[in-house]
Amino acid sequence: MLALLLAAFYVAPAAAATLPEERADALYHYYSGGGVDVQGPALLVRKNFAEKYSVSASYYVDSVSGASIDVVTNASAYSENRSQFGVGFDYLYGDTLMNISYSQSDENDYEAKTMVVGLSHDFFGGMSTLAMGFSRGDDTVMRVDTMFEDTIDRFQYRLGWTQILSPTLVAAINYEGVAEEGFLNNPYRSARVLGASVLERYPRTRTSNALGLQANKYWGDRSFVTRLKYRFYDDTWGITANNIELIFSRRIGEKSEVGLGGRFYVQNGASFYSDNFDQEYLYMARDKELSDFTSVSFGGRVSYELFRDRGRFAKGKLTLMYDRIHFSYDNFTDIRSGELYEFNANVIQLFFTAWY
Amino acid sequence: MRKLSLLLIVLLLGACATEPWVRPYEREALADPLMSFSQDPIADNVRTHVLEVREGARGAGESHGGGCGCN
Repeated sequence: MLALLLAAFYVAPAAAATLPEERADALYHYYSGGGVDVQGPALLVRKNFAEKYSVSASYYVDSVSGASIDVVTNASAYSENRSQFGVGFDYLYGDTLMNISYSQSDENDYEAKTMVVGLSHDFFGGMSTLAMGFSRGDDTVMRVDTMFEDTIDRFQYRLGWTQILSPTLVAAINYEGVAEEGFLNNPYRSARVLGASVLERYPRTRTSNALGLQANKYWGDRSFVTRLKYRFYDDTWGITANNIELIFSRRIGEKSEVGLGGRFYVQNGASFYSDNFDQEYLYMARDKELSDFTSVSFGGRVSYELFRDRGRFAKGKLTLMYDRIHFSYDNFTDIRSGELYEFNANVIQLFFTAWY
Repeated sequence: MRKLSLLLIVLLLGACATEPWVRPYEREALADPLMSFSQDPIADNVRTHVLEVREGARGAGESHGGGCGCN
């Protein structure tokens, strides 16, 4: 029996957990769709120390111009700029990686502060990884034209399992629960009651569950990778959503990579959403993000290695990504035309990455 | 019952002794950056943000925090 117990405690030599790779990214992003342009820079820098510690810093800006259909039809105000910065710290102990991070986002009518703690541990010789995390968000919602101010408390819980299934196949399952309490609607947006505008009224709580599955397969004989993702979502507002995504990636020569992918998203809207209510209700929403709709996107990615082993840098790479997304709403009307609303969006990301 | 419990404990602990059926030297393809779940975290965060502010669903992805920036 003792031999059995000793055998049980024998752990095969492990491929130990590692710190995230040291790299710096400088990115420009551009979004254009539905009458709105959003663009700005983003930076992410990570540095490791003593093979046990890793620190990261990030910065992100959204500069919004134009006006969405909500703004056009409600003549409501909207923020012009959003900036977000974040810092993070990781600590590697054996096969366990612990991390803590903080981020803050500021607009002239919205502030968000988020603290995240996480832990991941490798099991079975690095074949399996258990990850868990918790984050706490503290948001402040304001209006630019009045003294209105309210808050949102947010708690997020994450649990994930990643499993190596074969020398060319890895899969993961992730769960995320979010609980929010506070002022959860846009303070500018209006619902319609028999055609008349009335400020939206949302429940002050929302709890959601999301379950994601992902599998990456390396097709060695053709030297390309397929990534398949699926997510199921539901929440206490009555929203259910499913999305599936498939991406093909491969190398071309020694310096280039290309990728092509598509994503399909379908959503059943919130129970208190209506395009035009027949009377006043306790909760009323006309946010198209809470309606019944589908979105389909296709995109591509090209990257090129600019240099290797130059000075203190191991590698430098330039990447261009493009996505075209079509949103099609089943019960949200463009009141200018009386037709169901739909629009196309173009998303471009161009970024330079240096490893060191 | 006691023997059964002991056997169960041994079997469960035995899971810790499982020889990895994919040995470290067989993980070349798995270590390829193309096989990473998040090859470029900065780009994934931007894309997740673009989608989450326009869709009702959120979570089970890679991004955390952030405001709206969504008009």
